[in-house]
Amino acid sequence: MEETIRFELNGKNEEVLLDPELALLWVLRERFGLTGTKYGCGVGFCGACTVMVDNEPLRSCSVPVGDVAGKKILTIEGLANDGNLHPLQDAFMKHDALQCGYCTPGMIMNAYGLLLKNPEPSRQEIVVGMENNLCRCGAHARIIDAVESAAHEMKGGK
Amino acid sequence: MKTKGLTRRGFFKLFGGGIFIFFSTWDAMKLLALQPQTRRTLPTDYNAFLRIGEDGMVSGFTGKIEMGQGPVTSLVQMLADELDVAYDKVKMIMGDTDLCPWDMGTFGSLTTRVFGPPFRAAAAEAKAALLMLGSEKLGVPVSQLEVKEGIIMDTLDRNKQVSYATLAKGKKIERYLDTKPPVKDFRDFRIMGKSYLRQDALLKVTGQAKYAGDFHMPGMLYARILRPPSHGAKLVSADTSAAEKIEGIIVVRDGDLVAVLHELPDKAAEALVKVKGEYRFTEKEVDDKSIFGYLLKSAPEPYIVVEAGNLDTGRSLSRTIVESEFYNSYVAHAPMEPHTALAYMEGDRMILRASTQTPFPAQEAVAQALGMPLEKVRVITPFVGGGFGGKSVNPQMIEAARLAKLAGKPVMVAWTRQEEFFYDSFRPAAVVKVTSGIDEAGRINLWDYRVYFAGERGSDTIYDVPHSRTTSYGRGWTAPEVHPFATGPWRAPGNNTNTFARESQIDVLAVRAGMDPLEFRLKNLKDERMIAVLKAVADKFGWTPAKGPSGRGYGIACGTDAGTWVAHMAEVKVDPTTGHVRVVRVACAQDMGLCINPEGAVIQMEGCITMGLGYALTEEIQFTGGKIHNRNFDSYTLPRFSWVPKIETVILDQHDQPAQGGGEPAIICMGGLLANAIFDATGARMYQLPMTPERLLDALKKV
Repeated sequence: MEETIRFELNGKNEEVLLDPELALLWVLRERFGLTGTKYGCGVGFCGACTVMVDNEPLRSCSVPVGDVAGKKILTIEGLANDGNLHPLQDAFMKHDALQCGYCTPGMIMNAYGLLLKNPEPSRQEIVVGMENNLCRCGAHARIIDAVESAAHEMKGGK
Repeated sequence: MKTKGLTRRGFFKLFGGGIFIFFSTWDAMKLLALQPQTRRTLPTDYNAFLRIGEDGMVSGFTGKIEMGQGPVTSLVQMLADELDVAYDKVKMIMGDTDLCPWDMGTFGSLTTRVFGPPFRAAAAEAKAALLMLGSEKLGVPVSQLEVKEGIIMDTLDRNKQVSYATLAKGKKIERYLDTKPPVKDFRDFRIMGKSYLRQDALLKVTGQAKYAGDFHMPGMLYARILRPPSHGAKLVSADTSAAEKIEGIIVVRDGDLVAVLHELPDKAAEALVKVKGEYRFTEKEVDDKSIFGYLLKSAPEPYIVVEAGNLDTGRSLSRTIVESEFYNSYVAHAPMEPHTALAYMEGDRMILRASTQTPFPAQEAVAQALGMPLEKVRVITPFVGGGFGGKSVNPQMIEAARLAKLAGKPVMVAWTRQEEFFYDSFRPAAVVKVTSGIDEAGRINLWDYRVYFAGERGSDTIYDVPHSRTTSYGRGWTAPEVHPFATGPWRAPGNNTNTFARESQIDVLAVRAGMDPLEFRLKNLKDERMIAVLKAVADKFGWTPAKGPSGRGYGIACGTDAGTWVAHMAEVKVDPTTGHVRVVRVACAQDMGLCINPEGAVIQMEGCITMGLGYALTEEIQFTGGKIHNRNFDSYTLPRFSWVPKIETVILDQHDQPAQGGGEPAIICMGGLLANAIFDATGARMYQLPMTPERLLDALKKV
């Protein structure tokens, strides 16, 4: 039942032999040591495990790894470019848009997907776009501020 | 109590040279004031530790942990300021039972107000020791020296200078702090009292921050444990034969503990489905509908918390008497990171990396469960993904340690969300009965307050009432024989219930007195710091007086928690057809004494307000007997982005007052605040939390 599965992970081609039914979340964490992607609920309700798959933010706890064969995966670890933080990461820091930090990677990846589709979102569009990512510490207002300011920053072509 | 981690000699071996300050963090008075279950033998040894390294780096060691509330930043501010070194030259080492001073746990908003003062004193002592060394080295009297960024210099000849690093090099100096040296006057603060961004932010935005579940060991196995369907169920038999046939699965059984282990978590989960357990049921006959009557029936012997005057006199002086009953439900902590622990043997020692708020009590619990001496157990606490009180108890650590011992391999126990919603120590459901009376002038003369199962935190009257009594039935969550499942401290334990009841009742009295609710409060308050926060929040919010219900949807509530005074105002909109409440804006003013990191404090206030929307409006454990029905985020509703109101905060400047708690106070008002705002919008009085659309529609029918 194991198969060879190929995909691009954070810009690198990877080939793994494993059960295609395994959840992408655990493959990322166990096989690749990419532990920035978190388990929160296991059924896609909370968004802590959000990663980009072919430019689409997906809940990696609910994606069988077989489904990402031939696709491009981007995780929080792949977001910074040559040590330069992505504007979203920078904005989350500057706005103190986190407390315990456990939901943060999923928040940033979901926001990344949101800004890809809509580079100039209104505040309301950010709220709607982030609505299904949960945070228990209550950093919501700052997360919205951070996404808004990152969108601003990115428009400047930086 | 002796230090149960490394010996002092061990410290030196690990950390080499430098200047070491040992001190006791707990003074006897503070310990005695604590709840009995958290108290233990008074420390008789120096048990804390601050080090100036040979490279000039400063390390602060604390048994406190970082779960988002921000000591990783505020404690660094304290050390850097007292020592006069740069902020980025200080690092905290937290929650490691081998390296850190004994600590009872991170809860009760105690880090800043109780741990902070001796921590600052230790830094002041370290600075004094360094100045002495500097004086010898430079041949200049101490009184003529000053320190900037870790460099000691002669104030008369600035070329004469020596750095902390130079002084610490090749030295091993130990100092033991018995008396507290004077700490800095607030007027000399360079770092405390100023806003700093989170120290851990870079790690957290890049995915590098390590939580318990992020550690991996060679040969590590993930455990999934057979769980009962109900808290009243006892395992009779378990058939593991089908699971045993799965490749790579190890089945472990030790009494009631039945677990399947596999190197992949998915595979362990698959195997668990094949384990069949048979149970015998002895459930309590109660559910989320009948709980309040059940609690009143099961109430333990009461005790009087505080009493003044005579209730009969108060009654005779009252023109209007109002009797009310308030109800609050069981709620979950629901941190985004479920309880997690990695356990492994290192020689003859059991090491755990765990998400816990109480590394030292957990160390004891594990040692006891395994029958190991305390010093053979080490607990290391990485970043914790939220706690809110829920990680004060750590059954997952005992599970992981037992399984690691039985399997002879490193074992990771990471609770699923379903397990988290089952084994959480829920905030206890509670009832409050209040009888209170006012005279013709709107003065409160009578306050007879009886709290069942919430405990006394926040139960004091706060208002200036001549004839009052507060009675508590049971002490908070310590009634395991009554509740159908585990209960425990939940962010500002008890105070959310008590402040909801008190502030709702005060609003009812204001209406009966025909007065604006702010005016009514001010009239009945003597506490100047409470009056000051009320006036500050009114100013921020733009409160204008009106009798309720004014139709504006304005609410107000105030209270004290963890030594801090707090007052809120809110504006809500209620949809009378759906019963849905939208919170438009919330303003909050807080007097927390000296505020070490204003930015950090504001974040905690915003977090409290946002989290508090949940217990006020939606959060409630639904259950039948020992079965929990809502076990994931589809049925247990946390606050979301679209709920978040405009939040405005004010922190009163009190640099000359001792620092107080900041992680919990601003959540206590949210129930009463929104209940009062809903009343002001609709005329419907809500007596039960959460104020769900269904309950609100019911209440609207009675208007």
